[in-house]
Amino acid sequence: MPDNSAIVHGAQESATAANNANGANSAHPEQPSYLRHHFNSTEQQADTSNFAMWLFLLTEVMFFGGLFTAYLIYRNWYYPAFVAGSHQLNVIWGTLNTVVLIASSFTMAMGVWCAETRRRKGLVLSLTLTFVLGLCFLGIKSIEYREKFEKHHVPGAHYSLQSFVDPASDPEIFKEYHDKPLPLDMARHTEIYFSLYFAMTGMHALHMIIGIGILGFMIYRARAGAYTSGHVTFVENFGLYWHFVDIVWIYLFALLYLISRHQ
Amino acid sequence: MNNNNNTIVDLPDQATARIPQPNFISKENGLMSWLLTGDHKRIAILYLISITFFFFIGGALAGLIRLELLTPQADLMATDTYNKVFTMHGIIMIFLFLVPSVPATLGNFLIPMMIGAKDLALPKVNLLSWYLYMAGGILALYAMMTGGVDTGWTFTTPLSTHYVNTNVITTGFAIFVAGFSSIFTGLNFIVTIHKMRAPGMTWFRLPLFVWAHYAASILMVLGTPVLAIAIVLVMLERAFGIGVFDPAKGGDPLLFQHLFWFYSHPAVYIMILPGMGVISEVISTFSRKRVFGYTAVAFSSVAIAVFGFFVWAHHMFIMGISNYAVLVFSLLTMLVAVPSAIKIFNWAFTLYKGSITFETPMLYAFGFMGLFTIGGMTGVFLGASGTDIHLTETYFIVAHFHFVMVGGMLMAFLAGIHFWWPKITGRMYPEKISQLAAVVTFIGFNLTFFPQFILGVLGMPRRYASYPPEFQVLNVFSTAGATILGVGYLLPVLYLIWSLKYGAIAGNNPWQATGLEWQTQSPPLTENFTVMPVMDHEAYDYEWLESQKAKEVASAG
Repeated sequence: MPDNSAIVHGAQESATAANNANGANSAHPEQPSYLRHHFNSTEQQADTSNFAMWLFLLTEVMFFGGLFTAYLIYRNWYYPAFVAGSHQLNVIWGTLNTVVLIASSFTMAMGVWCAETRRRKGLVLSLTLTFVLGLCFLGIKSIEYREKFEKHHVPGAHYSLQSFVDPASDPEIFKEYHDKPLPLDMARHTEIYFSLYFAMTGMHALHMIIGIGILGFMIYRARAGAYTSGHVTFVENFGLYWHFVDIVWIYLFALLYLISRHQ
Repeated sequence: MNNNNNTIVDLPDQATARIPQPNFISKENGLMSWLLTGDHKRIAILYLISITFFFFIGGALAGLIRLELLTPQADLMATDTYNKVFTMHGIIMIFLFLVPSVPATLGNFLIPMMIGAKDLALPKVNLLSWYLYMAGGILALYAMMTGGVDTGWTFTTPLSTHYVNTNVITTGFAIFVAGFSSIFTGLNFIVTIHKMRAPGMTWFRLPLFVWAHYAASILMVLGTPVLAIAIVLVMLERAFGIGVFDPAKGGDPLLFQHLFWFYSHPAVYIMILPGMGVISEVISTFSRKRVFGYTAVAFSSVAIAVFGFFVWAHHMFIMGISNYAVLVFSLLTMLVAVPSAIKIFNWAFTLYKGSITFETPMLYAFGFMGLFTIGGMTGVFLGASGTDIHLTETYFIVAHFHFVMVGGMLMAFLAGIHFWWPKITGRMYPEKISQLAAVVTFIGFNLTFFPQFILGVLGMPRRYASYPPEFQVLNVFSTAGATILGVGYLLPVLYLIWSLKYGAIAGNNPWQATGLEWQTQSPPLTENFTVMPVMDHEAYDYEWLESQKAKEVASAG
């Protein structure tokens, strides 16, 4: 076991490449420069950070779990209000966004593969596509949010019950669903639906924004040749995060947009 | 009292002994070498300084509470000021002292050394968690100085969302941020314990301190995010009126209680489990015996963590949950007493026929065992719904959780600080005065909190600045005790600082303890070990220790 403590970590990628090239044929390859001082091997290092990422995603599950619990309870109590609320969402935009996100998960997976097989151009392209698709998602989401503002469906002082006590006043939605008017006390609970809609999609969007920020940083680093010289943990772990955010959306889509579809 | 026959302390010859150089403290100098460090030991010291700071702020607030309660009338401060004072006392003590106390200081310092690693798995995340802690702490202080918050540390809705006009959002955000610090600490510990163990260090050779931290980390990782989302929803409710907890809009304030206590009950195990880890180490070392029933003690930590997640509704017996839920949660609550009792009994059996000596850490450990037992048993009173309905929201509750948290956890923290002080600093604390401090703390503690059990049974409610005059005698006892307790906490700060310069040189293993952390120099090297240790014996193997010493003598001779 060579003494790693002497190796300065965070050195240039070119040095890493040189190390790998030199060490490829020898029986005891020298440890690459990205090996941090407190690990014994790159396998241990990669294993550890992967495990940490999975654990972090578990905390994320618990974080969203609180919201899903609230959703479950209120949906059971106020089912008609939740149905009426969900009819205000545009399933076409929602489906499009689901497609966009799944596509971005695919490009992300391609990115991880490119990093593992050391294809710098492929990696930059995949990450850029993921970045653009993420922005597309947020763009579509903002169109949807704007519609809610215009119709006064944002919870708070200006919340309007018009579309629920008198569905015919909202011809576009009425034409499609022919909802019966809700009694006033049930109609008021649509505000809970929209609270959860904004809290859940908002938390999800926040995760997307953080993800897109990190993607920008990764594209910048990947162009300089990072991640394609054997040290792929960061890309892999970010991939896990991105897929997680994607999966959360798939649940949100089913729970918020498709409430009345199983009847 | 202590002569050479009844102490295990084994110090090097003071005339020739020197603090070993280099070590992790002397390796680099300057403020930035501390603020940008990745060394778990340095981060532990940053934490130690910061939590001590917050402890004394929380302690000063406790002093104000006790002073106000000296007289039956609300005369020292206005009643709404009193509300703010006890709220900030709770928030600072729980989120900024108790939750990070043992894990972030001793755990941070010792876990890598105990398992034979060079550092925690994620050093940068470790540093990040200290910065998050400081950000949370400073935000909380800012909220306190710009008007405070008066909801109680529980943020009970709809009080916190609709009826008070204080800094709920700022304080909530402070707790949110400090919560992420705790999540990252727990995550780091779990990953480290799984992936960084030295060769031969199997799960059942880990010191029980590590097992206890592993169990507490599970709670931190799974519980804290739920608190985070509950607080986010309270902040959204206040800022935008989203209605999730607002009965006027069909929301349910009880849902907040469920989410809040889903974290905040396991949180008491986050606070106590690391303390139990400390006690296992101390009891074993000062009775020169392997901990009785090692496996049972190890699994009882995990059992406490698992049961801990299914008892939260016992905080809500009077809040209108269904009778069946009360029945189930009452039963589950009492089940937690089983693993807790396993620990206490096993420590008692460890003492049995041991060669017991009475150094300061051991005195604190005895304090822990007695006070935690009382605190735990009164918890069973509160888990039984019949007595709970009578006792809840009275001083009985206050006494109960202070017995567990102050009598238990704080004693364990002080036991641990004294026990590992020679390892951390390379110098011994002064023994006589610290034994005195331990005794003063124990007396002060009992005088402060025992009368509160009686007050609670008599029906004195908590969280009021005034009370009927017939309760005054017991309250005067309690306030007098708090003064003694204050002295008991101030003493260690003084003599521990003194010892940094004037304490006796400790040598590698002053207690002749068995853990890997004692087999290195004190203070340790930045990478802890010169060669990677190989674990070839069980934990608490005193015979192995003897054979090591014999080898050393042979090679030196």
